[in-house]
This record gives sequence, C-alpha cells and structure tokens, in this order.
Amino acid sequence: MSTTQAQGPLAGAADYLDQRTGIASVVKGFARKIFPDHWSFLLGEIALYSFVVLIISGVFLTMFFVPSMGLVEYTGPVSTMSGQLVSEAFNSTLRLSFEVRGGLLMRQIHHWAALLFMAAIVTHMMRVFFTGAFRKPRELNWMVGFILMILGLAAGFTGYSLPDDVLSGNGLRITDGVIKAIPVIGAYMSYFVFGGEFPGGDIIPRLFTIHILVVPALILALVGLHLLFVVVHKHTQYPGGGRTDKNVVGFPLFPIYVAKAGGFFFIVFGVIALMGATMAINNVWNYGPYDPSPVGAGAQPDWYMLFLEGSLRLMPGQAEFVIGGYTLSLNVLIPAVVIPGILFTFLAVYPFLESAVTKDKREHHVLDRPRNVPVRTGLGVGFLTAFIILALAGSNDLIATHFSLSINSITWVFRIGFFVAPVLAFWITKRICIGLQRKDRELVLHGHETGRIVRFADGEYIEVHKPINDQERWLRVSYDAHKPLEIEPREDSRGVRRKGFKQDARLQKLSRFFYEDRVEPVTPTELAAAHSHGEHDQIDAHAPAAQLAGGSGASVSDHDADSHGHQH
Amino acid sequence: MSEPKNPENAVDVAGTGASELDRFPDPGMHEHKLRMADKDPKAAKRAEAQVVILFVISIVGTIGMLIAYFAIRPEGTTASVRNANLALGLGMFFALMGIGLAAVHWAKTLMSDHEKSEDRHAQRSADDVREAAVAVLKEGAADSGIARRPVLQGAVVTALALFPLTIVVPLISSVGGDWDISKFKHTIWKPGTRLAIDPTGRLIKASDLTIGSVVHVIPDVPAEERRSHHWIAEKAKAIVLLVRLDPAILKETEERKSWSYDGIVAYSKICTHVGCPVALYEQQTHHLLCPCHQSTFDVADGAKVVFGPAKRPLPQLPIMVDDEGYLVAQDDFDEPVGPSYWERLK
Amino acid sequence: MKALAARRHHRFTPVVLLLLALLVTGGLYAALAPTSASADTAATDDIAAGEKLFLANCATCHGVNAEGRDEVPSLIGVGSAAVNFQVGTGRMPMAMNGPQAEAKPAQFDAKQTSQLAAYVASLGPGPSTPTAEQVDPALGDPSMGAQIFRTNCAMCHNAVGAGGALSEGKFAPALTDTTPTHIYEAMLTGPQSMPVFNDATITPEEKRDVIAYLVEQREGSAGGLDLGGIGPVSEGLWIWIVGIGSLIGCAVWIGAKSS
Repeated sequence: MSTTQAQGPLAGAADYLDQRTGIASVVKGFARKIFPDHWSFLLGEIALYSFVVLIISGVFLTMFFVPSMGLVEYTGPVSTMSGQLVSEAFNSTLRLSFEVRGGLLMRQIHHWAALLFMAAIVTHMMRVFFTGAFRKPRELNWMVGFILMILGLAAGFTGYSLPDDVLSGNGLRITDGVIKAIPVIGAYMSYFVFGGEFPGGDIIPRLFTIHILVVPALILALVGLHLLFVVVHKHTQYPGGGRTDKNVVGFPLFPIYVAKAGGFFFIVFGVIALMGATMAINNVWNYGPYDPSPVGAGAQPDWYMLFLEGSLRLMPGQAEFVIGGYTLSLNVLIPAVVIPGILFTFLAVYPFLESAVTKDKREHHVLDRPRNVPVRTGLGVGFLTAFIILALAGSNDLIATHFSLSINSITWVFRIGFFVAPVLAFWITKRICIGLQRKDRELVLHGHETGRIVRFADGEYIEVHKPINDQERWLRVSYDAHKPLEIEPREDSRGVRRKGFKQDARLQKLSRFFYEDRVEPVTPTELAAAHSHGEHDQIDAHAPAAQLAGGSGASVSDHDADSHGHQH
Repeated sequence: MSEPKNPENAVDVAGTGASELDRFPDPGMHEHKLRMADKDPKAAKRAEAQVVILFVISIVGTIGMLIAYFAIRPEGTTASVRNANLALGLGMFFALMGIGLAAVHWAKTLMSDHEKSEDRHAQRSADDVREAAVAVLKEGAADSGIARRPVLQGAVVTALALFPLTIVVPLISSVGGDWDISKFKHTIWKPGTRLAIDPTGRLIKASDLTIGSVVHVIPDVPAEERRSHHWIAEKAKAIVLLVRLDPAILKETEERKSWSYDGIVAYSKICTHVGCPVALYEQQTHHLLCPCHQSTFDVADGAKVVFGPAKRPLPQLPIMVDDEGYLVAQDDFDEPVGPSYWERLK
Repeated sequence: MKALAARRHHRFTPVVLLLLALLVTGGLYAALAPTSASADTAATDDIAAGEKLFLANCATCHGVNAEGRDEVPSLIGVGSAAVNFQVGTGRMPMAMNGPQAEAKPAQFDAKQTSQLAAYVASLGPGPSTPTAEQVDPALGDPSMGAQIFRTNCAMCHNAVGAGGALSEGKFAPALTDTTPTHIYEAMLTGPQSMPVFNDATITPEEKRDVIAYLVEQREGSAGGLDLGGIGPVSEGLWIWIVGIGSLIGCAVWIGAKSS
C-alpha cells in the first residue's frame, strides 16, 4: 500500500484496488499522519492490544468450552476431581486446561489479558484525566472511553463466572443477593437474570452469549469510534516549544508508528504470554465445581470488582428497614448501587463540570501539566484514594492474615478512612501542586541554583543562579491560570432582580472552589523587574513578591512562602 | 512547519487579566540532535545487526515453541502440565518479544527522527457548510411532507414504538421461567425430614455430635435426586449448619426452647446479607463468620448479627430426634432464607 | 451337659468361675474401654515422666490436676491427640497471650511430647494419636478429600489450605507444612477456634482423604507459580506489578529518544 508509482505487480494490485475503492486518497491523507511521541500515549494502546489478545485467545477457548450447566461425571486426569459430579462448563474448562495441549496457556493468557485490559484502561483514564485531555473537543470521546470501561467490567464479570466453579459461583450468588435488594422489582429481576430461582440452569449459557457476542461486539464498535475520534481530533500533545493548539508535532504514522505501535503490540502480547507461561491464574480445579454449600477463604472477585466487594464489606448492617411490610435493604443498596453510582457519575460528567466552571469554549490540544490545575489533580487523587480504599477493604481478610491485624479493626479503619482519606489526599495533592508551581515561578525568575557562592566587595554573599533557557521557560509559563467566574450582579442598574442569579451564584461558588487558589505564570514584565531589581549582576536577582491572585487566606500565605525563597 | 507563535495563549478568554502582550513568545521546536546512528555509519551497522538478532530470537522462539509442542506430551500430572505450559509459553514469549523489540529498536535507531508538524483545523464546520446542511435537511423534510401530515406523523411514531413489543413480550414472558417468586419462601425441609451430612448424605444421630462439633447439613433425599440439576437450586436454599454447644451457654427465647435438642442448634447457612454460605464457625466464641463480607453471627444467641453488613439473624431450623435417634426437622424454616427482598414479609 | 453338671460341684469350680469372670470382665473392658486406656499399661514410666514435665511446664496455667480455670481449658479427657497436636506444633506451652496460640518451633522433642500425651491421656479417656496407617496420604482418595475439605475446611483454611482470616485477629493457619498426623489430630480435637470433627462427622477414612488432598496440593499449581494460592487479589496485585509495571517500562523506552 506504500505507493502507486512503483512498478511491478505491487503497482498492478494497487491500481486494481484504487480503481474500485479510491483508496489512494485515504493512503495519502493517512500514511504520513503525525502523532506526537510520549510514553503515556501508549497506555491506551496497552488496553487496545490486550483486547486483541483477548479476542485471539478467546476464540481458541470457545473451540473447547461447553457453555452448559448439564451435569457430568469428571473422568479426566486431575486426581483431586476424579468421579465428581460437575457441570459441562466446568468439565470442559478442565479438559481444555489439562487435555488440550496449549489450552492451559491460552486460558491463562486470556485471564491475564483480561486483568491487564482493565488495568490499562484505568491507567489510560488516569493519564487523560490528569493532563486534561478530555477538554473540548474531546468530551464525547471521554464518554466513549468511560462506556468502554463499563463494558470492560461487564466483559470481565461475565467471563469470570463461566467456568462454573465455587469461587465465581459465590460471586454470582452475591450478585443475586444485590439484585434481590432492588426495591419493588428485585425478586423479579433475579428471576429475569437466572431464568428462575438461583442458580437455575440458564445462567452460564446466558453469560456466555453476553461474554462472547454482545459485550465484545459493543467494545469493538466503541473502540472503532474511540479511534475514529482520535483521527478526527488528531492526538493531543504535551506543552513545549513549537507545540500549540493549532498544530500537532511528532512523527509520521508510516513508518515510525507502524514500527513503534506495531512493535508494542508484540511486546504487550509477549509480556502476557510470559505471565501465562509462569504464573498460575484462576485454578478452578482447586475451587471445585459450583455447589451452593462450600465457600473458600479469600472469596474475592477479580481486582477491578474489588471496590464493589469492599463497599459491601464496609457498610454496617443497621441500614435495612421494613416500611409498610416491605423490606428496603439499604445495607446492600447503598454500597452496591449508590456509592459506585456516585463514583462513576463523577467520572462521566467531570469534563462537563469543568467546562461549566471555566466557561472555557476554546479547543484544547496542548495538555495541561497536572500541577497547573491543582484542584483537578487533587480531585483525581482523591477519587483514586476512595477507589483504592474500597479495593483494600475488599481484600481486608488477606490484609488481616498477611499483616497480623484484626479484620474488625481494619474494617473500622476503612469505614472512617473512606470519608477522611480522599479529602486529605485532595488537600495534600492540591498543596503539592501549588508548591510545584511556585517552584516553577522561582526557577523562571531566578534560574537554576548553581551552588556557586560569590562574595562581593561589601562583604555580601550571594549564590550565583544560572538562567534557564527558552525551552525550559516556555514549559513553565505557557499555561492559563483560570480565575473564578465573574457573574452579573443580582440587580441591574434599575434595581430589578435578575433571573437565573441563584444558579449563576452556585456556579460561581463552584468555580471559586476550583480556581480561588492559583499561581499565575511569570510574565515578561515580572521577569524584567526581577532582573533589574538585582543590582549586583544579571545572573541573580531579588524577586518581587510573587504575584498571587485571588483573595483567600491560602494565597496570602503563598506570598511569604515565595518571598523568602532567596536569602542574601 | 507551522508558525510556533501561540496566538491562542494570548487571547484572554478565561479572564486571567494578563494583557495580550505580556506573554513570553513561543521559542519554537527543540533543536534536532543527531543520534549516534546518524553520525557514525558503524553505529548504524551495529543497530541494524541488533535488530536482525532480535528478529532471529523471535524465529528461534517460534521454532522452539513448535518443538516443545510436539516433544512434550504431558500425562496429566501437575508437574508435567506445568512443564509443558512453561515450555510453550516461553517459546511464545520469545517469538513475540523478539518481533516487538526489533520493530521498536529499528524505529528508534534507524528511522528518521525529525519531528514534523501538521496543522490542525477547528472541529466546527464553517458557517456556510452549516447553512447548507440545514438547507438540505429542510429540503428533505419539505419533500417528505411530514410537517403537513400530522396523522401520518402519528402513525409512523406509533408503529415504530410498538414493533419492538413483538420481540420483547415473548422474551420477557419466558426469560424469568415461571416468574413464581413465592418459591423464595419455601425449602424442601418438611416435618420429619432427616438431617444428612454434606456431601456424603450420611444421617446424623444426636449422639454423634460432641460439644464443639459442627456439621454442614443437607436434607436427606434419595442419592439419585442429589445428582439432578434441580437439586442444586433446592440445596441453595436448604443448606444448614448444625452446631452442638454447651446447653449452659445457649441463650434461647421462650418460643424457640423446643427448636433445639440438648444444645444442638441448626441455622440456615445462607447469609441474610447477600447470600454467601456463612460457614466459618469459631468454636470458642460461638461466632459464625461469613467469608465474603464478614457478617458475624452469634450461634449461642439466636444467630444474631454482632458485626458486619448483615442486619437479620440467620433463620433457625427447628429440630428434634426421631424414634431411631436421628436428627430430623420439625418443620420448614418459618421465614424465607437468604438475602432480603422487597416482598420478603408479605 | 451331664459331664459339666457332674463337675459343678468340683472343689475347684469357684476358682475357675472366678478366673473366668475376671477374664471376661478384663476382656470386655479391654474391648469397650477407650483406646487410650491401652496405653496405660504399656508405659507407666512414660506417664510418670509426663507428669513431671506437666507439673514443670503446664500446671501453672492448667492447674496441678489439669483441671483448668477461667480461660484455660481443663485437660481431663482431651486425650493424647490434643496434646500431641498442641505441643507438637509448638502452640503449647503458649509464649504469650494473644488472639490465639500460634505455631512455633516445638519446645519438647518427640519423646517428651509422647510422655506428656501419655500423662494427659491417663487422666481421662479421650481421642488418641492416630496410627501411621490412619494418616498415610497414599492410602487416601484425594478426590473424596477435596469434597470433604471444600465443604468443611476451605471456608477458613482456603481452597488449597493457604490459610485465612477469622474475626478479631484470629486466623486459620496455612496447612502447607502441617504434618499429616497434626492435620488428623486438629480435625479430631478441634483446637482453639476450630470446630471438632469427631469420627462420626468426618470418618477416619475421610480424614485420611483430606490429608491425601492436602498433600497433593504441595505439588504446586499446574499453571506455574501459585502466587500464594490466595486467589484473585494476589493475581490483581501481580498484573499491576508485572503487567502494567513492565509495559510502562517498555513504553518509556519506546518514547525516549535514542542516543
């Protein structure tokens, strides 16, 4: 597909194809498309490639897996399973693991790839969030990505349950319990899902269809849309010299990214293969075929569902009520529906929230450095803290055994920590960001410390500072420090009350929360002032008090912090 | 290369107050630095050799994997399966990793590393395009005459809204089985059903239990029935935990005094939280812990909740001893077992 | 019959009858009495030596007559199995008060342990130490053992015996290094938090099947490194450390400029 001018059979084929598809214009437009280079832009690719690995290994597995709950006697080579009554699904899982050569490797690759898929999605989302890549025009693509994450959870959950073992069966039982807790329709929903009473005979075939057809089809379609958006928008880029919102700087798709991104696919697949070769995962023959009676210690879902498990574990039981003879299980609904609902809604709507409090209608293609948006960065870290605490709470029994702690104390610590730690994490992160911004100002105004001390004739000592170069400076000054929204007053000049004032005021309050504390980038005037102020030489300078806009107490204290940064 | 000036930054949209002029100018792109392979033909040769070696590693990996596949035939034991898995997986790892590393190394060392810049265009369509789009739609709408024909409008909407019912109604009516949720209220325990040990089905005499004993119990049904699929759904509701305590420490309400036998009590094993089997019995504290969400029940005190997310005590199965000394159920549970649901008490 | 009747008046008759009666009583006793009783006659020396050890090391808590007190259980009737387990695994004598007595290097050697066991067994009938045949994993059925273990043990000890948490800092220990005899004795006697599984609830054959299953687990996993055998949480931890960790490393290499 490289060229249409080349001679020989390739040219003939290209000519044939182009006459029927007009593909030359696509190749012309696409082959040398520019993509910026940065390691963090490869995180989404890890997700994409593990999805490809999932499809390849998944197709292998479907050749041998029997999605049926019919009962058979196990007669295979696993001695701890001999003669036991198992479902066809469980039986075929053991057969493809122990009797189909390479089957166990494919199964382990499939499961490791699934864990990696979710981990990569989360990491990719973190990168997009913290760099502000979700801003206009990419809000819709953020939503597409968000839905992909939810679909990833669905894919993982449905696949996890397929082998019909004790561990995943108890997971399904918990799901059934959560479904039953839904007010009014819960009991019927349970029948809807299981085709009758739990566990019935339908759930495995139903999950199988969802797992291998419905969810992957949706993921595939949305991945296509996700990538189409990337092409339409062109990739974002990190700030730096020559990088603006009007251009994209990087390397051409062909050949650089064909080699780099193509090569990365093999690296991702290779790492997954290595894990599948050396590390056992989900040994269902140890858990045994599903039976409603047994349960194993360490009854947990895969990592990406741990937050739900933890949420259920933390909730105290007192929240179940009977109202007019009907049972309302808030002890289940709050942790399993309300808490995840709040967390996920925050994620989904965040881009719209931020655009509302900034009223920023421009397109953004140059990424933010996380420190330059302290509140966003703080909110992200706070969110992750809440998520991690829930995941840890979902592992509290293992924390207890591995660190010799009491499970009851751990639960209490997490119950309190779930509310306190995110706030604390937000505040600390915000302060760190502002501190880093001040360090940037300091560097721009005074240059690098050299460690060289010079004594002047009058006996004064100073440390010589080396000025930073244009590129270093540009990285640190090319950002906008948003100010809180200014709104129209409540009454106009004739004293008539304005409609919509209250809503504006609320928005302004939120906007203040975001942008009250901020550090402005250094302006050329400030730099000039800083230099002229330094009388001794051009290298060092006394700085004027840093310009900190905003009126909160926090920024007043910022003044002191900034001005005692250079002693004489 | 596009102009490195950044007019966007100078526009004071966000109201930052900074004047248009008081910003630093964009210094433009970084200076391009030559790599070793660009300057030194020897280094380029070396890089090329490295790339070739990496591809060769991949080829060797593939061949090794195929050899392992045909040479190693696991006979089903743990160790042999593990060895086969390791050999196949490592072969695959080298086959894949060789290609990956080679391609990237090639791109990094031998392909051009001159940064290029491409212009972006605003996503928004130009005004004339938008107007044209609206005009086209209007023309189409006028063509269809939909606006002038309200009855037709209604007919289209109704037909489209109704047709999914042809799929949804048959689906919904069958997807939930018989939709008879009253089954939640009953288990197969009946007056006189003997208690049997899970999974062997041996019957239990009261004298079999010493203080501190715990038995996981199923109702005694013919062995043949226990091999049917229906049994799993019944077992999912009927499983019981049988514990013998020192009668002196057993707290019992007046009406349940007759539900136990000589310190032997039987409780549903299905958690009242979300339905996990509650099975961790701590003999010394008489606490029963659920391994899924750590709801803790006190078996000596009516299986009341002492910790965790469950609210209700575990339902108790009333038991007694029959003429032959076997433990039997007096009756079914007097409430639905397992997690709460809306109509539980109706 | 006549001959017998004729001899009834023989002068040795009372002596023979007495001897017969003694023999029957003794035989019945031997047949019906708890098995530990047979140890009594076997080694009175052991019992004496055990008593000395007991008075020196155990009586402080369990009382000079092993009668126990408030929080300390009486040892009368616990049998030799309990002693062999508690002392043999180092749980007793207890090092300090904690949520539970933990296994540690045994303080007494095998001989002293059996002497202590003999002494405690002499105090009252109780479950005795199993024979080598009773705990031989080769004679057990690992599949049956897996089913028994899954229903009765896995909820605390985990599906492969990797251990698990109980409430308030207590835990069910890992069974990976526990000897077959100790596994058997633990089931039989129900030490500490563990319930009792006497020979009626889990038969001696089933106990041996459980041992066979657990010993089978010591071969590790067919899939490779077993990652602690604790399930999805450790798998999740490793995908972040090995999977995401190494791939981010590769991504940084890919994104970095070549020198």
